[in-house]
Amino acid sequence: MADGGLPVIARFEVRHRNYLAPDGSINRPLPAFASDASLLASLYRAMVLLRNFDRKAVALQRTGRLGTYAVSLGQEAVSVGIASAMREEDVLLPSYRDNGALIWRGVKLEEILLFWGGDERGNHFSGPVQDFPFCVPVGSQAPHAAGVAYAFKLRKEPRVAVCMYGDGATSKGDVYEAMNFAGVHKLPVVFVATNNQWAISVPLRLQTASETLAQKSIAAGFIGEQVDGSDVVAVRAAAEDAIAAARDGQGPRFIEAVTYRLGDHTTSDDASRYRPEEEVQARWKEEPIARLRAFLAGQKMWSKADEEQLAAECHERVEAAVERYLATEPRGGETMFDYLYADLPEAYVAQRRQLAGEGDG
Amino acid sequence: MAEVTLVEAVNLALARAMEDDPDVVVLGEDVGINGGVFRATVGLQARFGPERVLDTPLAELLISGLCVGMAVQGLKPVGEIQFMGFLYPCIDQLVNHASRIRNRTQGRLTCPMVLRTPHGAGIRAPEHHSESAEAMLAHIPGLRVVIPSSPERAYGLLLAAIRDPDPVVFLEPTRIYRAAKGEVEDSGEALPLDVAFVLREGRDVTLISWGAMLKETMAAADALAAEGIAAEVIDLATLKPYDEVTVLGSIAKTGRCVIVHEATRTGGFGAEIAALIAERGLTSLLAPVARVTGYDTVIPMARLEQKFMPSVDRIVAAARKACQFS
Ligand SMILES: Cc1ncc(C[n+]2csc(CCOP(=O)(O)OP(=O)(O)O)c2C)c(N)n1
Repeated sequence: MADGGLPVIARFEVRHRNYLAPDGSINRPLPAFASDASLLASLYRAMVLLRNFDRKAVALQRTGRLGTYAVSLGQEAVSVGIASAMREEDVLLPSYRDNGALIWRGVKLEEILLFWGGDERGNHFSGPVQDFPFCVPVGSQAPHAAGVAYAFKLRKEPRVAVCMYGDGATSKGDVYEAMNFAGVHKLPVVFVATNNQWAISVPLRLQTASETLAQKSIAAGFIGEQVDGSDVVAVRAAAEDAIAAARDGQGPRFIEAVTYRLGDHTTSDDASRYRPEEEVQARWKEEPIARLRAFLAGQKMWSKADEEQLAAECHERVEAAVERYLATEPRGGETMFDYLYADLPEAYVAQRRQLAGEGDG
Repeated sequence: MAEVTLVEAVNLALARAMEDDPDVVVLGEDVGINGGVFRATVGLQARFGPERVLDTPLAELLISGLCVGMAVQGLKPVGEIQFMGFLYPCIDQLVNHASRIRNRTQGRLTCPMVLRTPHGAGIRAPEHHSESAEAMLAHIPGLRVVIPSSPERAYGLLLAAIRDPDPVVFLEPTRIYRAAKGEVEDSGEALPLDVAFVLREGRDVTLISWGAMLKETMAAADALAAEGIAAEVIDLATLKPYDEVTVLGSIAKTGRCVIVHEATRTGGFGAEIAALIAERGLTSLLAPVARVTGYDTVIPMARLEQKFMPSVDRIVAAARKACQFS
């Protein structure tokens, strides 16, 4: 009995999932997929590629050849782990920092560069045709995910919408409105909050008084789980479970991936203004790539030679993509009208002509 | 042919669209068993089931965002926002997503959704229920903004909006939901979007309006006729993109223009039309372009709302004044 003898009518709990310790040792029996050495290696490769790609993108930005860019440094395991548990026919609704998920799903590196280079053609990408582009207004893609999942349910399609956003986004009504609706209709959708501890300069403790983000799903009526977001095995395992449950008609799930943003928020940010260097240094010890490498090396699944070969491959792949990006011809100004409406309304024909240099406007 | 009210015409169009196309989904607050607070969706849930006529939680941003997600998946969602004053949380979704996802993805994803809402003052409604924010919406590239002014046009334009491959905000003039009656054949035939309707021809002055204000505008044209002034009346119907050709053609004929809207004056859509005429119709003009609009205030509650809205007298006076120039 609680205070005043009133009965407790509900209790909730939030679980935390982790397999690989920061030094690569194992905490608990691994999930089934982890016995597949080639799968683990592919997760590792994807994270390393992402880190290389990020480094190059920042260099391009610094030399004026790319616009503002958001790196995944330190949180590579989240987007790679989540995307690796999806099927091709599922739909991804990513935020601007989920490059790793898009790349896993087949989006070309040069397309991502095009997008951050300020060219909409980057969003006409080679990934699954129904995947959403990066969402820039924070959290506003969550209602889309609910709408997408509603369409799946209405058509009885065994597909799942996977929506990714940051810890800051969980403060927005959009996110809660979408989660609430998904709960009501038991929609096949998985919400993933990448809790990298910071929303630009605002730390989690100023974002919410909630002990975990995972518990936010409890109010919406479905399971929320916390995972070690720097442990790609844990992220993938949680995603597999959640996506399978959603596909199976059990309704939505929420995953809080607890990780750390080791880099600046974007290339326009200087995190040293608000974040102590010691905090960052301490977090480097937990980062996901070294962790998985230590595990793989310990299991004799990965060698120094493998590492060198991967480095060379990544370099080559990234450089080739950059070349293709830089060689992409700019478009004519009039093309800004081309996808405004299905057919260009009569009222805008003159404006388009003006941009094409054919009219006097 | 049956005589129906404007809101019944909306209902007919929704039913027809749902009958013809299994992808059409109606969603909003109280749209199910209650048939919507204005009864626009009455009977639809019984006929098409709760999955296609969906009572949503009370969350407007969600309704518009769900529409985006559904539309991108190839459904044809028709969302209802109970009153225009509650549409403002949807602006984020309309501006940042619905209206531009085709452009952002260069045609890979499209958003064939409709968001319907009652529009305008004059029904003695509580605070926040009488908004006329069409100019705000008409400023959004990639969107269509449509306002019918009769049962016939409500039916035909709503069908067109639902069939349109791009997002449409469909503003229904609350004040004439029941006051406007007309014969509507449930033929399934749409009317064209982006096209203005000339409701009455005349040589002396052009009166341009949309939605419920056409009631006063037409009455003003009658009064002017009694004075020997032949007014041409244009129902703009689609505000984004709007039919510049019909507007300029009429000005070329009459040389005089009075624009009537109940929305507040500054930055209202009347300013856009006046600017168009100044840019491309100036040489036809015999008199300054006049605007008869609501005032630059918050739309007042019941006791003052009639004073806020353009009256027949104000329209007649503006037209008369225009005709004094020659
Ligand atoms: C609605 C909205 N408000 C503000 C911004 C500006 N902004 C961009 S990212 C960001 C912080 C987001 O933090 P979080 O959701 O934790 O994601 P993270 O960037 O850490 O991945 C802000 C405030 C935005 N993009 N969208």
